[in-house]
Amino acid sequence: MFSDLSIVEAASALRRRDFSARELTQAHVDAVAALNPRLNAFITETPELALARADAADAALAAGTAGPLAGIPLAIKDLFCTEGVRTTAASRILGNFIPPYESTVTANLLRDGAVFLGKANLDEFAMGSSNMTSAFGPVANPWQRAGSNAVLVPGGSSGGSAAAVAARIAMGATGTDTGGSIRQPAAFCGIAGIKPTYGRCSRWGIVAFASSLDQAGAFARTVGDCAVLLGSMAGFDAKDSTSVERPVPDYLAATKRGVRGLRIGVPREYRMEGMNPDVERLWQSGLQWLRDAGAEIVDVSLPHTKYGLATYYIVAPAEASSNLARYDGVRFGVRQDGVDLIDLYERTRAEGFGDEVKRRIMIGTYVLSAGYYDAYYLRAQKVRALILKDFSEAFARVDALLTPTAPTGAFAQGEKMDDPIAMYLNDVFTVPASMAGVPGMSVPAGLDHQGLPLGLQVIGRPFDEETVFAVSQVIEDAAGFSAVPQVRAGA
Amino acid sequence: MTYTLEGSTGSWEVVVGLEVHAQVISQSKLFSGAATDFGSTPNTQVSFVDAAFPGMLPVLNEECVAQAVRTGLGIGAHINLMSRFDRKNYFYADLPSGYQISQFEHPIVGAGAIEIELADGSTKKIGVTRLHLEQDAGKSLHDQHSTKSYIDLNRCGVALMEIVSEPDMRSPEEAGAYLRKLRTVLRYLGTCDGNMEEGSMRADVNVSVRKHGEPFRTRCEVKNVNSIRFVQQAVEAEAKRQIEVWEGGGTVLQETRLYDPSRGETRSMRSKEDAHDYRYFPDPDLLPLVLDEAWVESLRAELPELPDAKRARFMREYGIPFYDSGVLVAEQVIADFYESVATGRDGKMAANWVIGDFFAGLNRTGHSIENSPVSAAALGRLLDLMADSTINGRIAKDVLEAMMDTGEDPASIIDARGLRQVTDTGAIDQAVDAVLAANPDKLAEYKAGKEKLFGFFVGQVMKAMAGKGNPALVNEALKNKLG
Repeated sequence: MFSDLSIVEAASALRRRDFSARELTQAHVDAVAALNPRLNAFITETPELALARADAADAALAAGTAGPLAGIPLAIKDLFCTEGVRTTAASRILGNFIPPYESTVTANLLRDGAVFLGKANLDEFAMGSSNMTSAFGPVANPWQRAGSNAVLVPGGSSGGSAAAVAARIAMGATGTDTGGSIRQPAAFCGIAGIKPTYGRCSRWGIVAFASSLDQAGAFARTVGDCAVLLGSMAGFDAKDSTSVERPVPDYLAATKRGVRGLRIGVPREYRMEGMNPDVERLWQSGLQWLRDAGAEIVDVSLPHTKYGLATYYIVAPAEASSNLARYDGVRFGVRQDGVDLIDLYERTRAEGFGDEVKRRIMIGTYVLSAGYYDAYYLRAQKVRALILKDFSEAFARVDALLTPTAPTGAFAQGEKMDDPIAMYLNDVFTVPASMAGVPGMSVPAGLDHQGLPLGLQVIGRPFDEETVFAVSQVIEDAAGFSAVPQVRAGA
Repeated sequence: MTYTLEGSTGSWEVVVGLEVHAQVISQSKLFSGAATDFGSTPNTQVSFVDAAFPGMLPVLNEECVAQAVRTGLGIGAHINLMSRFDRKNYFYADLPSGYQISQFEHPIVGAGAIEIELADGSTKKIGVTRLHLEQDAGKSLHDQHSTKSYIDLNRCGVALMEIVSEPDMRSPEEAGAYLRKLRTVLRYLGTCDGNMEEGSMRADVNVSVRKHGEPFRTRCEVKNVNSIRFVQQAVEAEAKRQIEVWEGGGTVLQETRLYDPSRGETRSMRSKEDAHDYRYFPDPDLLPLVLDEAWVESLRAELPELPDAKRARFMREYGIPFYDSGVLVAEQVIADFYESVATGRDGKMAANWVIGDFFAGLNRTGHSIENSPVSAAALGRLLDLMADSTINGRIAKDVLEAMMDTGEDPASIIDARGLRQVTDTGAIDQAVDAVLAANPDKLAEYKAGKEKLFGFFVGQVMKAMAGKGNPALVNEALKNKLG
């Protein structure tokens, strides 16, 4: 009954008292209980808290004091610290860490009445593109290849969030995106996901991976729902020095702007040798839809695109190696005792971190080391400035860019696991926008020949999420994406 | 007068540079809202930021920035309108985040200088290379339990200014004078309390030795010396050790050492090979620090008068000598005390009384100037009572002692004890007559030409008058009688 409602529709229905927030939440709580054993989308489920919040939403709705998200059940990526609720970052090292504080972004959602169903699975410390690195086990993509029972990955790192929304066990979800961690899983799971401009959402209370890249964003099944969620999450926060003091526009209104008269850029460097023909075909369709809606399509060049991944895999691990130093077993989380302090550190971190996290800590430590800093970190920062310049120059000519989100559809669990580079290539289309800090959104636009969803990515100017939403809405409308995953609530 | 140390191969020059860590006076920490009071119960002044809980972010405390800029302006240094915070990465139990936020490449303050004064009255300019802001670490307590270490994070995140000098000092005396002068300036500015015992000012001492005219040789860094006396001792001990190494045919290796005051020697802490690779990189949680020039100028306009300027003014306005003015400006409270005593009075006399009997009285009664039982106003009234001949200088010393002991006003002490100066010439003549009559032999000697005895008679008369005679009138009366 509720499984195909959008957040926008549900919010109206709740206000009309067509059903209660408790009914809506109960249905989702039941769906989580039924499907999570199969999907592993949640690390921690909080049904009692969710129902209590739903009752509060019903009271607020009755009193006419309800916020815009009153009674809307969401999944929260387990990288957001939630007061009184265990927060793991999908790592063993945090143990049973229960934050005594609420992240700014989740506090904003709670302020607007949202209901949290639990903490969604992810790659450990958000490091990964498959959700295979979680210490709490992989997440299953609710989608399956036609005629195959192979369990597919949901993408990552926000794989649990994406899977939960796709399977209709949550109406929306928070994610974080460092190099594609919202956009790629959104594409793999056939839903919409937005990474806003760096600085749009506060990072306060989000477990840090790479501070200069990490940005919170939203998942939902429609572009409009993403707009509503982001509008609640975003905003200046004095507790995050990198958050930006600008008013948050009405994103939902922006989805209705259309694209007539807009110039949409096609970055020629994204047209890769040996590109997946399904992805190529969908990209061309997307451009045609925009042309049909009145946009002008323009070829642009982002010449430093080919350095994006290489620089990302220097900058992000460098920052991570420093950000993760605090997980030392001294103050919180798991401690493995040792004969002395160094031994304690070594045992705690050897035991507590998984392989991918260790790999990135080692890469990051290496590129910051004396004698290598100039050759790696400093040079990567210079290239990063060039990537940003690419975007600035392109945005002098066009209003937004359209690209594929990922090189392929979802792959199977276990694939690419022995080849980190192949895994890293998943982010080839998403990383440049992360490096430049500009907003990017993935919109489900079609299926590949195996019946798996593919996404198109809309990239916008810094702090111009409105145009990103406008373009994405036109694609959503034109694509008429109505396919549903095999594993879903109400199926 | 160059300081040198004699070795078996001749004399050696000592080269010293200092890195001073000065804790910034501020209500809250450099990047968190936690309080900074010294001596609080362990771990009661710790925010989640200080304890590096997941997801916590630093927010720069503007007052700490202002304090660093004031300090830079106070030492005549260049203020860098663009500076940056970097992470210095290392693991230790009292460093929760695993990195210290510091300023590595782009410090907030650039080159400046501090003028020091030496015992022989000469002065010397010591260059300051830079000043940067950074976080202090917490404290590890290893002596509380047989197998465990305790961590107190109260100090963790408190703002420090690291003030780096040029290798311009050439003796322990110069190093001591630099530290004293720096401390004075910091206290005047109100940017650091300079309390070395409490650790709010600590010094890393870089020492090398060389033969006259040589370029610098390898230096060693003696870490965390916590008193000026120990700094001076450490310079000498480390210089002597290096001379022995060189003269023994060895090579001084660049390393970090510790000074052991009980043995009067330095010992190796870690060699260059074991040195940490701190993996500095710009802190991505913080934006570059950009200062508005007008803001810097407003801080400059509000700077207090600093010791060098005050000293020059004291010499000019109050006519007091170079040395005395140096003593008076060494601490702001002394200078303020002196100035309120001297205002409207004889400045030289005020200086003599402050530096002389007043300091001696504080010493004797175990008071500091901050809790002195004698206020500047009371001391001023005492001087006034001398100036208007109510009492003489001899009596004034006694009155000041009584003021120190009782905290009472000079006039009431004088009245209560009947110490008012006698100016009644009749009474003085009477006393003179009595003294002359009681000492016929001395009188005869005097008349025979032993004029030195005049002082004896003055003393006897004053004694007879219990010290209260007006000295000028006593002299005059004696002269008349002895004629």
